[in-house]
Amino acid sequence: MSEQTVSPPAGATSTASRGSGRSGPAPDRRGSVVKWVLLGLLLVFLLVFPLYFDEFWLRTGFAVFGAAIGAIGLNLLVGTTGQLSLAHAFFLAVGAVSYSYVSGESGGLGTRAGIEGLGLPPIVGMVVGVLLAGLAGLVFSPIAARLRGIYLGVASLGLVFIGVHVLNTWTPVTGGFNGRSAPEFSLFGFTFGNSDPQLFVLGVPFREAERLWYLGLVLLIAAYMFARNLLRSRPGRALQTLRDSEVAASVMGVNVQAYKARVFLVSSMYAGLSGVLYALSIGSIAPESFGLVVSIQYLAMIVLGGLGSVGGAVLGALFVTALPLLFQQYADVLPLVSAPGQGGISAGFAARFLYGAAIILIVLFEPAGLAGIAQRLTSRFRRGRAPARGGPATPAPEQPGSAPTPSVRPSQGSDTR
Amino acid sequence: MTQFLSLLLNGLSLGAIYALIALGFVIIFKASEVVSFTHGSLLLLGAYSIARLSEPLGFLGAVLVGLVITALAAFLVERFIINRLRGAPVISLAIVTIGVDIILLTELIRRIGPDILNVPHPWGGESVRIGGIGITQNRLIAMIVAGLLIAAFFVAFKYSSWGVAMRASAEDGETAALMGIRQGRVSALAWVVAGVLAGVAALFLVGSPTPGVSSAVYATALRAFPAAILGGLDSTGGALVGGLLIGLAESFAAGYQENLLFLGRGFGEVVPYVVMIAVLLVRPSGLFGTKELTRV
Repeated sequence: MSEQTVSPPAGATSTASRGSGRSGPAPDRRGSVVKWVLLGLLLVFLLVFPLYFDEFWLRTGFAVFGAAIGAIGLNLLVGTTGQLSLAHAFFLAVGAVSYSYVSGESGGLGTRAGIEGLGLPPIVGMVVGVLLAGLAGLVFSPIAARLRGIYLGVASLGLVFIGVHVLNTWTPVTGGFNGRSAPEFSLFGFTFGNSDPQLFVLGVPFREAERLWYLGLVLLIAAYMFARNLLRSRPGRALQTLRDSEVAASVMGVNVQAYKARVFLVSSMYAGLSGVLYALSIGSIAPESFGLVVSIQYLAMIVLGGLGSVGGAVLGALFVTALPLLFQQYADVLPLVSAPGQGGISAGFAARFLYGAAIILIVLFEPAGLAGIAQRLTSRFRRGRAPARGGPATPAPEQPGSAPTPSVRPSQGSDTR
Repeated sequence: MTQFLSLLLNGLSLGAIYALIALGFVIIFKASEVVSFTHGSLLLLGAYSIARLSEPLGFLGAVLVGLVITALAAFLVERFIINRLRGAPVISLAIVTIGVDIILLTELIRRIGPDILNVPHPWGGESVRIGGIGITQNRLIAMIVAGLLIAAFFVAFKYSSWGVAMRASAEDGETAALMGIRQGRVSALAWVVAGVLAGVAALFLVGSPTPGVSSAVYATALRAFPAAILGGLDSTGGALVGGLLIGLAESFAAGYQENLLFLGRGFGEVVPYVVMIAVLLVRPSGLFGTKELTRV
């Protein structure tokens, strides 16, 4: 019963087309060759990106990489396992704070007294951040495992508010209301800062933004691969069964509590890493960066991208994270959008309107999200229909049911509420 | 002792306001199986409308129109979005209400900006003393109005044909539909009632001792979520109890802040969530919520 509903949509095109049974093996192979070529091109593009684009794009890119990692983690929890969590901002905060505390210096440049830090190497801080976030997830999981569906959603909401309170209060560690600065990252003596060592690649100076870009890229690829492999493995299948029906899962020998605990662990470790990258990209942390809005942004990412799809989470993160930054950059060119205090809609607001509306439209018309749209386009392309080749750039949502898109909605009747 | 009684009374009045919000939350959940994350911004919409309209329309007119606006907004959300998604998983429904919330809240915050809008309550910001216990008139009236409204609601819920229809469709939607109960109408009406309740709560929530309508009201409204969850999402009585509990907990935590300094300043604002998580640990479906039974 689980087989028909569990195929992970994004990227797993070969599995899906095998399931549809329409395309024979030959076009399937051609399709996968095309896919690999496209992936290779994308990778090359991302690798040479810093040589051609300026700092704004690199910083935006790094923010997207960090957010994408967090979104992949949340998607494992919400999309794959069906546990609605609004606590993601809390786990991000645990990661970011742990990093800043473990690797930060006491006293903080003498400007702000009373802030402590252990001063350990940044890589240690990053690992500790990830582990502590995972631990926080594990501690929360007994509560989570007892709660079903929507109760979990609201209980996790509580975690965010408690987290912000702790951030505001526990000044020696978190920096309190004003936050604290996050130390620069370095790896075995190679700093990800502006100098030391000076570095030029093909005549392009590699400064902080360029270096961080590659750091983020490597981490994102690792996070992506891990999630993909996890979903295709035995535990991944178990998690998907858990989403479709807890009873069926337990009858089939899946230890429901243990798997829920593990998925919380993994998801919050992703969040922890994402939090560390966030701290690196901003250079400091403050309580307001980890409020409810952030949790909702992450939820928006995975809904837009497509619940349960790893690639979709990355797309969603790109959309939600880059949009406000782009609006800000091009405020004077875009209609309606303006710099703050000039009558028009400011960049942040405009972006929020856009993704709020996008969430509603996606849930109403395309529950599989961007990943679903992408898959529909590729499956059309593969069948060699003429119109699809003409305009793959316009993802016109067509009538549901005309293409063999696997549903990522949890199946009916699974919500035992 | 006086302090204790004062905190008790103030907590109860705050709790009555929370109960109004939580009740709306529960009604919506019972009628359409949706956990409405839109409720916080609906409340802010009510508060904003009342504050903005009280200049041209006078206080009473503003309140009436404000309530209509809030109810209308809830109605539109139900008609245009929720009604189309009948039978969708609870999580999808919750997410779509979050989408609505993002849009509505963004627009309201954009309009309110950093200002604090004043609502000219005719009873002003004065306090009354009852046997040495001080409470603002606003809160006192809130408690009375909320009590009356809640009582009226329970009577309607028990005896009116709408109440019966709603209970029937909450009990077993399919059978109710077969008996001729129009679920779309039941659900729409539930959203309208919840909108009105949120509007009334907004009216009192922005009165003294709160300074007025600002975006912070949203955070206050959110604290009714724990109230609804804690009482049990599908229990109207639970919403009442949950609201009062949360109000009391918040009031006491704020009042005895000096003794709770090790938990940090402003702990009162977090305490609803702490209470909620503690209760859920013991009773995963809230205090009065129906336990989920799974038949195999």
